[in-house]
Amino acid sequence: MTWLVAGPIVVPLSAAVVTGFLMGYGGIQRLVSLCSGIALFGTAVALLTNVWNEGVTAAQIGNWPSPFGITLVADHLSAVLVLITAIIALAAIVYSFEDIERRGLATVLHPLLHALMAGVCGAFLAGDIFNLYVWFEVMLIASIGLLVVGGTRAQLDASVRYAALSLIATTLLLTGIGLLYGLTGTLNMADLHLRVQEVENEGLLTVIAVIFIVAFGIKSAVFPLFFWLPASYHTPKVTVSAVFSGLLTKVGVYALMRVFTLIFTNDIGYTHEILLWVAGFTMVTGVLGAASRNDLRRILSFHIVSQIGYMIMGLALYTPLGLLGGIFYTVHHIIVKANLFFVAGAIRRFGGSSRLARLGGLYRDAPLLAALFFIPAFSLAGFPPLSGFWAKFLLIRASMDVHEYAIAATALAVGLLTAYSMTKIWLNAFWKGRPEDAMPTRPPSRSEGFFLLAPVVGLAAITLAIGLYVQPFYELAERAAQELMHPAEYVGAVLGEDAVSGAGPSPAGPGGSGN
Amino acid sequence: MELINAALVGVLMASSVYLMLSRNLVRFVLGLALLSHAANLLIFTGGGITSSITSRAADGATAESDSLAQALILTAIVISFSLFTFALVLAFRTYETLETVDTDAMRAAEPEPSGHPGRTDPSGRPS
Repeated sequence: MTWLVAGPIVVPLSAAVVTGFLMGYGGIQRLVSLCSGIALFGTAVALLTNVWNEGVTAAQIGNWPSPFGITLVADHLSAVLVLITAIIALAAIVYSFEDIERRGLATVLHPLLHALMAGVCGAFLAGDIFNLYVWFEVMLIASIGLLVVGGTRAQLDASVRYAALSLIATTLLLTGIGLLYGLTGTLNMADLHLRVQEVENEGLLTVIAVIFIVAFGIKSAVFPLFFWLPASYHTPKVTVSAVFSGLLTKVGVYALMRVFTLIFTNDIGYTHEILLWVAGFTMVTGVLGAASRNDLRRILSFHIVSQIGYMIMGLALYTPLGLLGGIFYTVHHIIVKANLFFVAGAIRRFGGSSRLARLGGLYRDAPLLAALFFIPAFSLAGFPPLSGFWAKFLLIRASMDVHEYAIAATALAVGLLTAYSMTKIWLNAFWKGRPEDAMPTRPPSRSEGFFLLAPVVGLAAITLAIGLYVQPFYELAERAAQELMHPAEYVGAVLGEDAVSGAGPSPAGPGGSGN
Repeated sequence: MELINAALVGVLMASSVYLMLSRNLVRFVLGLALLSHAANLLIFTGGGITSSITSRAADGATAESDSLAQALILTAIVISFSLFTFALVLAFRTYETLETVDTDAMRAAEPEPSGHPGRTDPSGRPS
């Protein structure tokens, strides 16, 4: 059982080490990397199956009893996000075979990519808030490495911005954790859930909650804190920016979802109201930023910001349907967004540029690419019957249920503007005639086309599947949302059933509430 | 003692914010280092300060000083030290490539829109 939960961390970590030693053996390194990607996928499927059949699964590393040792917990939300991570990793590895042609770059890419996956999966599975911080740092160092690989002027500039804001965020997170520990005397998230209810100084708890909002807010690129994202995501290799766009910010969203359902629920009227306003502004600023850009990856980067708003909105509503919508949106978004970056890379290879003004005529020259762009792009905009439609529908329905009409209207309007952005790309890159000054292009060969398009086809198929067979995905998101709304099962799996039923102090006895 | 430490955390935080608001990248990195020191000191103070060495988590509320908090700081120091080193290397490499440490003059990733009188003054070199 322990290995099942630890698997999604152990597999990519060992892959990072092995591929690290295989630097300079290009072919073997790629093969090992691909096999590890498949192994991670297999582990993630096994984990999700287990969680689906048996409920929340917890593992105590080294058999230390639970509030003291390191705990890994997989509930439905964690398990499904780990699975999506594995899918994106696999797609990125296949895509990188063609995208990253220079040998020197490719050898560094694979170890860093696997280290990043270990960090992401670790953050999803951590049952301990300090552990969460450590995995954030693992993720951070791997992602700066990936961002700076290549060392062009733009990449260095972008890395400075990314590193600076991320480091501030993690230090803030550490501060928040320190204060929370001082207040409650525990770091285990399930134990925290029980202990915060005994804290007398609720004002201080709310202050800590706001520190967490800022720290995770920088990570997930919400409204006043998102500037690092559009400044950096368009500079690295396409494979790297696709992985970043799919996964990094979503770890921040996941962390927000976790702590604001499990720990900081003492003052929902205050903290979740802040989150709701943040969500609205994030949506609007992101989509307006996207409308003002003319480069494919820059447009898509701003759309990440805008979409983050929807996920936070689901959390801020704090109803079962709202959380369900937020989780559904996150899953849909990771797949669609990474796919759009992959397509943007393919467009640059087929069309010779990523600037809209220098693109055109791709509908005639590369009809398959056009079809493959169409699916994720209009899923992002929320067109039925694609996955984005259901995600938006659930969220708007949830906000109507609690009479938050302003946020519902914002979400609808932003959806319309997203559609505007996507049609802008469609018109310029695909329908418009080929411009006179376009770069002369060499159409990719068959094998090149295969490695570039296979991940895109796979992810587009998942998008279609979610859209057309929505029921199982809905049920999964529903279970995940139920667990978030009623943490008893989570707490029971970590601390043992009596901790919940007694509703009393954990085995450690009453912690000091306030120093 | 706790009051002194709390004041020190405040001073460190304030100085780090002052340094980080600078356009000079080197000052920014130094500010970052101070910020992590402030965070570590804060955890240290939050854990309680006495000469006793029992972990509060294991021992209930009897012991006032908490060695777990110090273990956390140790981990955090190692992490922030390595990240600080990395940030220094990154800053130096950026200085070599972009030939400035003025963050306002770094426009490689986000160039000024054409027609806009861009800031071309490369006055961020350390003197």
